[in-house]
Amino acid sequence: MNGVHDMGGMDGFGPVVHEDDEPVFHAEWEGRVYALVGSALRAIDVNVDEFRHAIERIAPAQYLASSYYERWLSALETLLVERGATGMRARDAVASRAETPRRARFTPGDRVRARNLNPAGHTRMPRYVRGKSGVIRRDWGVFVFPDSNAHHAGTRPQHVYCVEFAARELWGKPANIRERLFIDLCDEYLEPADKLRKTAKPKARNRTR
Amino acid sequence: MSDDHHNAAPTGPAARVKALEALLTDKGLVKSEALDRIVDTFEHKVGPRNGARVVAKAWTDPEYRKRLLKNATAAVGELGIAGPEGGHLVAIENTPRVHNLVVCTLCSCYPWPVLGLPPVWYKSFAYRSRAVSDPRGVLRDFGLKLPDGVEIRVWDSSAEMRYLVLPERPRGTERMNENELALLVTRDSMVGVAKVSAPDGRARDAAKSERKASTKKRASTKG
Repeated sequence: MNGVHDMGGMDGFGPVVHEDDEPVFHAEWEGRVYALVGSALRAIDVNVDEFRHAIERIAPAQYLASSYYERWLSALETLLVERGATGMRARDAVASRAETPRRARFTPGDRVRARNLNPAGHTRMPRYVRGKSGVIRRDWGVFVFPDSNAHHAGTRPQHVYCVEFAARELWGKPANIRERLFIDLCDEYLEPADKLRKTAKPKARNRTR
Repeated sequence: MSDDHHNAAPTGPAARVKALEALLTDKGLVKSEALDRIVDTFEHKVGPRNGARVVAKAWTDPEYRKRLLKNATAAVGELGIAGPEGGHLVAIENTPRVHNLVVCTLCSCYPWPVLGLPPVWYKSFAYRSRAVSDPRGVLRDFGLKLPDGVEIRVWDSSAEMRYLVLPERPRGTERMNENELALLVTRDSMVGVAKVSAPDGRARDAAKSERKASTKKRASTKG
């Protein structure tokens, strides 16, 4: 979902403030929330993607007004209510069914484009890479697909790749040529980019002549 | 955590957590003692000292460095370090020409087994938003000015890989052993927002970690 949690590239939050000698938890309840989330989610069979999505579903104004552990707490409350707070188990068995992983479509060195996907549900492809072209740097192997797993719609196992993007590709000309971004993206988030590149280049040359 | 640590508003998060814990304990879904153990582990046992041991070993043992860069999960496992959010660790090496910086723009993914739980700045909207689009500006917020010729690589932890920066070993530390070196390595240097201080800063760093220890003691006794 195109939520406020998808912050990469936003402006206006001011400088990063560093707290010296910071404690692990700033209040006792933070530690309790941290421990509760880990234990309770396991007990009621909530997967990590579902938990992340519960955080993303917090209304934008509330999300921005809450601290990190307050968001964890709100997400846990939401999930408990949704599961009925008692006798809770996962809603279906699809997520745990063994599924055959998809074949790797890309290998390191391949040029790819992040697809312009805007799913209403959970996704781990941030907005700032969508539609942008990059290069596959690593194939990390097969992982569960967060977009479906978060909704108990199957694990859709597939390869996850480390994709490199030039800062200029992401942020335009003023960006420093000595800055690159590396991000791990699922196979389904990507499409081959070579074809369009080849047709785009000669056109640009014609214009300059 | 001490028993005398109370929180103010009864409707605030402290009260909500208390109610939830009571409910879930009552249903037999969680056990308070198990929660105590988790809190204790992350407050006292898991933290950036783990990562510092890994870095110091990589600085002093070239074969270990190779193994770390090839498969960080296995390499930190050699030191007995493992745990949640540590199943797919990746070590990325800083050099005089390349500086790495780690962020999670979508939430705040962080390599817990080697660095502990993330600090507030790592989870802040300011860091999550700007680390990808203005990394040099973010580094300046931390007082780190890199020469223009240095390439910055930003790693957005959007999947299950968790990144640990292997900082540069500072010059002048050639005679220090692994344990002494580990004391120099800071959390911030392993996320990529700082460099490890040169040896003339050694005294300052030691004082800092001492201060840290005493603050921790204070924090655990104050209400």
